[in-house]
Amino acid sequence: MLKLPIYLDNNATTPMDPRVLEAMTPYFLEHFGNAASRNHPFGWEAEEAVDYAREQVAKLVGADPKEIIFTSGATEGDNLAIKGVYEMYASKGNHIITATTEHKAVLDTCKHIEKTGGEVTYLQVKRDGLIDLKELEAAIKPTTILIAIMYANNEIGTVQPIRQITAIAKKHGVLFFTDAVQAVGKIPVDVIKDGIDLMAFTAHKMYGPKGIGALYVRRKNPRVKVTAQMDGGGHERGMRSGTLNVPGIVGFGKACELCRLEMEADTKRVSILRDKLETELMKLEEAYINGSTEHRLPHVTNISFKHVEGEGLLMGFNKNIALSSGSACTSASLEPSYVLKALGLGDDLAHSSLRFGLGRFTNEEQIDYTVKAISETVLKLRDMSPLWEMYKEGIDLDSIEWAAH
Amino acid sequence: MAYSEKVIDHYTNPKNVGTLDKSSKSVGTGLVGAPECGDVMRLQIEVDEATGMIMDAKFKTFGCGSAIASSSLATEWLKGKSIDEALTVDNMDFVEELNLPPVKIHCSVLAEDAIKAAINDYRVKNGKEAIKFEESVVH
Repeated sequence: MLKLPIYLDNNATTPMDPRVLEAMTPYFLEHFGNAASRNHPFGWEAEEAVDYAREQVAKLVGADPKEIIFTSGATEGDNLAIKGVYEMYASKGNHIITATTEHKAVLDTCKHIEKTGGEVTYLQVKRDGLIDLKELEAAIKPTTILIAIMYANNEIGTVQPIRQITAIAKKHGVLFFTDAVQAVGKIPVDVIKDGIDLMAFTAHKMYGPKGIGALYVRRKNPRVKVTAQMDGGGHERGMRSGTLNVPGIVGFGKACELCRLEMEADTKRVSILRDKLETELMKLEEAYINGSTEHRLPHVTNISFKHVEGEGLLMGFNKNIALSSGSACTSASLEPSYVLKALGLGDDLAHSSLRFGLGRFTNEEQIDYTVKAISETVLKLRDMSPLWEMYKEGIDLDSIEWAAH
Repeated sequence: MAYSEKVIDHYTNPKNVGTLDKSSKSVGTGLVGAPECGDVMRLQIEVDEATGMIMDAKFKTFGCGSAIASSSLATEWLKGKSIDEALTVDNMDFVEELNLPPVKIHCSVLAEDAIKAAINDYRVKNGKEAIKFEESVVH
């Protein structure tokens, strides 16, 4: 039996795996201790649980447990990494390199740094969403202290060439930070093999709870340090003060373990469903996939349906299917997605896009239903679209002088 | 963001979707908005020359549910009205009838602009001067 609504917005957040909740429950109730309480069994239990979870988290990404700093999520991880490096390495330089398609938590942190006297280079991306490695290398200066490039993009799923980027960073003695929120738990990420110095990720994008994330901070070759952004009890090796969120950490650990054990099978199954969804939807006229299809997360696709507006499209089925659009109308700003615009898409295509994020609990029945619902709505709205009519009459829409408002 | 029932109703069962013969002298066409802004409305009216009454109205809209609902509602309101009556339709009428939230007020402005543009197109076609409207304030 198909259960509605269908959830296809797994890039925004994932549902919790029931096994994660099960692991967490005792740490809300009988094992409620503070992991920093050194003198009684409640504290010891909590500390033991945190240590175990730290190992589970570290193992998923090939890190040493000591290199995992628990945070409240990836926004905090992004802030701590970028601001922390900027302050810690101030004597070395003040220049950071990032890209225009980064998450707001990275871009706005960089803007903050610019206000305090730092210098930031924002690399453009190519039509496929990937950065140009030559441009990256050319942007490095003697004052460059950090390169911050996301592992995989949240809107289009494009996976950056991380190993090539870190090779360039290493060659020039520059630290490399990655926001790997969308990648960890979905595709193999290994901080050693990938050559990553700092990496932010979060539990709620990988079937764990919200409000808990981690920053990986390398301890060897080189030993990396970040200046704490919050003052307090000096938890997490002095880099992140605050009583540890023990149930959250336990859940995060369990979520990481499940991803490590099941990623390969999950990816295989989900990528088949994603490909089916994409193939079926691309049968519609004037449909375009946004971003690289070669270097891409296996569970993500972003498609523009020309001459149909994204929010209007979502309205046709959003009681039954949960999706996001790059359309302006779904955001408060009335600006269409800056990520899609960075690819060089016209505003019209950016307004017409849908983002699909499949996940562990997506099944074929849901995909079949989605294909049917979206196809029907696109056709219905095109019948209602003056742009579609003009396109069909062979009128060049660019030749019309639109009264922009 | 939840839509009002009236917006959902117009979106689900839009009234008067279609195309009138834009080369006909009795048809006025208003095309407003821009693809880059995410909404384009085309509103057409067919006017009985003798009485100045709007006999038929059709729309096609590229845009969100509120833009579609506003244009559908506009065609309903226009049918059977005189040109002079049609000119009194104000964007706030759409906001009230459809219960549009502040972020969707631009849809109502677009609908008002589309009505005015269609009327002016009809006037110019029939040898009358286009009416100069003040710039709408809420854009």
